[in-house]
Amino acid sequence: MALPSHISSSAANPSSARTPVYALVGNPNCGKSTLFNALTGLKQKVGNYPGVTVEKKVGTAYSQHGQPITVIDLPGAYSLAARSPDEAVTRDVLLGRRADTAQPDRILCIIDATNLERNLYLVHQILDLGRPVLLVVNMMDLAAAAGTTVDVARLEQELGIPVIACEAVNGKGLIELKLAMSRADLPLARHAWAIPAAIAPAVTELQASLIAHDRKAPLVARAEALLLLTDQDSVRVAGSTPLHARTGEILRTWQQRWEGEGTDWAGTLVNSRYDAIGRIAADVLLQTGETGPTASDRIDAVVTHPVWGWLVLGAVMTLLFLSIFTLAEYPMNVIDAQIAHLADWVKSALPPGDLRDLITSGAIGGVGGVIIFLPQILILFFFIGLLESTGYMARAAFIMDRLMARVGLNGKSFIPLLSSYACAIPGIMATRTIEDQKDRLVTILVAPLMSCSARLPVYLLMIAALVPGDRVPLFTKVGIMILMYALGTVGAFGFAWLFKRTLLKGAPPLMIMELPPYRLPRVKDVALHMLERGWLFLRRAGTIILGISIVLWFLSAYPKAPDGATDQQQLAQSFAGRAGHLLEPAIRPLGLDWQIGIGLITSFAAREVFVSTMAVVFNAEAKDDDTTPLRQAMLAAKWPDGRALFTPLVCFTLMIFYVFAMQCISTIAVVRRETNGWKWPLFQTAYMTGTAWILSFIVYQGGTALGF
Amino acid sequence: MAASIKLSELPVGASATVREFPKTGSAFIRLREMGLLAGTRVTLIRTAPLGDPLEIKLRGYNLTLRKTEADYVLVEPTTA
Repeated sequence: MALPSHISSSAANPSSARTPVYALVGNPNCGKSTLFNALTGLKQKVGNYPGVTVEKKVGTAYSQHGQPITVIDLPGAYSLAARSPDEAVTRDVLLGRRADTAQPDRILCIIDATNLERNLYLVHQILDLGRPVLLVVNMMDLAAAAGTTVDVARLEQELGIPVIACEAVNGKGLIELKLAMSRADLPLARHAWAIPAAIAPAVTELQASLIAHDRKAPLVARAEALLLLTDQDSVRVAGSTPLHARTGEILRTWQQRWEGEGTDWAGTLVNSRYDAIGRIAADVLLQTGETGPTASDRIDAVVTHPVWGWLVLGAVMTLLFLSIFTLAEYPMNVIDAQIAHLADWVKSALPPGDLRDLITSGAIGGVGGVIIFLPQILILFFFIGLLESTGYMARAAFIMDRLMARVGLNGKSFIPLLSSYACAIPGIMATRTIEDQKDRLVTILVAPLMSCSARLPVYLLMIAALVPGDRVPLFTKVGIMILMYALGTVGAFGFAWLFKRTLLKGAPPLMIMELPPYRLPRVKDVALHMLERGWLFLRRAGTIILGISIVLWFLSAYPKAPDGATDQQQLAQSFAGRAGHLLEPAIRPLGLDWQIGIGLITSFAAREVFVSTMAVVFNAEAKDDDTTPLRQAMLAAKWPDGRALFTPLVCFTLMIFYVFAMQCISTIAVVRRETNGWKWPLFQTAYMTGTAWILSFIVYQGGTALGF
Repeated sequence: MAASIKLSELPVGASATVREFPKTGSAFIRLREMGLLAGTRVTLIRTAPLGDPLEIKLRGYNLTLRKTEADYVLVEPTTA
């Protein structure tokens, strides 16, 4: 076989100084991440492919002789005919379509031995690329337990590429794999299947055009041509180069011809691949025992049971929230103390003045107010990772799909929305598992309506002011709290329904999802995932949070009040105070005055900042565990004409406002990153705050008319 | 040869062989790519607690799909 020049030069030139680059590809749930972690250890760099929200993971492995090998961990994919941005990135990198990532020299395919046929489908497509391919057959132990064995030597013979049996979880086969990876003479893959006669002429014609017009190498062009014929509505993502007009024309001509003849062109290709795979599987799969119901089947009989399933779901979610609120408390206190320490230290090290205040109140105070939520965010990331890696996430989506379908979403939106009860940030970052872009966007848009934990201090303060004293039975307070959570939830689902019908109209989402076998989680992998996500959040949101914290500090510190003024007087005459006055005409119909307006503005740092702002505004001692002095000061506050400011109706209205308003720069920053622009975070802020205003207006005006 | 029925009408626990499959629609291309083809043996494992989606077993793994898709997949029940 004649080698195309570009392949022979990269494959047969191992002595060059350049380290070989491997792309690691495989189906979701086949143990790819575990293998990547095992190969590269902690030598990984996690970033993003420019223009899309798909994680780019690159690591370095070392051969037995200490030679570095670069490994790119491509997103899990079932097929190169992409259906999600994740799969599109995998396809585009392998085909050399992306300007930001060079086409990898070699491909490391990993497949799950327990699920050979479906896993081989992707391998079969990849073999068409004509690059050197190494195949790792993972989970050999699980296959043996299920009563099957994969004849590795036979598979190697059939495919003509090196095949290595492996158990990535316990490191078995890793040495053999690294030896193979550092081999200089890796053979090129040969495709051992005949393209169906019905479409062969189209492949030839498309291939010629791809070589001539799109400047593809011959084998890549062939793979591209085959893919174009499977991909009916191919997902295009930012960063990939579009096809030449001539190639597109050829494709359309053939498609029209086939449609006219009634040829099942797309299906023919898939069928013939599976025919080829079926023949291979028949040769290499050795049945060693009876296959009865697996352990996973037995667990599922309970977990997805019509009655027990709900109880398990409820128990898992209760455990999740209990651990967020109890486990997070200790590190939150530590962080709180450390931030105070740091501020004190800066205060003692610097002379009094604006610079000192900028650092202590602006930077440390502002960023500290966000970092305090980091333990909760990390625990949530950890739980989401745990749910994903055990396989329970897919079950939760399976159970909840029907309910989510009522508002036009699918079950995969459930966990992101639920996580948002603790904090919208991990929830929004978890939407990456939703393939459909419109569904994902709708989920992101409504997630912050779920009452997060930063709203809790505001609710608590308002309830304390609303129903003062201990004469009111506890269940009234609890009832109001539940009402707030319910309002947010109803709002989220209502808006999801509305957006799916108007702004982000699309086909009803599919629920074609693998239910992977249950697996014991690898704490190391989950912890690594958690730290990656946490770091990603800090890095991406950090600068915006720091910037806005400083702006907010500046607004409340300038212009300066005369010497000797109290904090209260300073705030009253600052820009923030003036902004409060400016805001008053807009919030007066809601029964709110300029002093509360200041709180609404400072809440953008984090909603709970409202409480400390109120403490400054009303000159009250605010302690974390006791809001009594603040409550009394608030209840004593009056309008200039002597009416009480915080009437029960106002407190209630303010709570409604906080349920719906988008007041969180961290969330805005994360939404900007996840949607690649300012359009959606601005729209989200506008619709949420607009809804908050309208509902508060209705509640306050209606309540006033009714005589409350 | 037994009559073909919709995959969505298959009783829970029953096995069948796929007979007819829609030619177009990206959902059906993806189902094929996941290994659900004419001739493939499937078992309906269960329906979700609220009746939809369905869970099927094919080629040794478990897959979910909604009834709206399963309505278009014709299968021939295996007589045990």
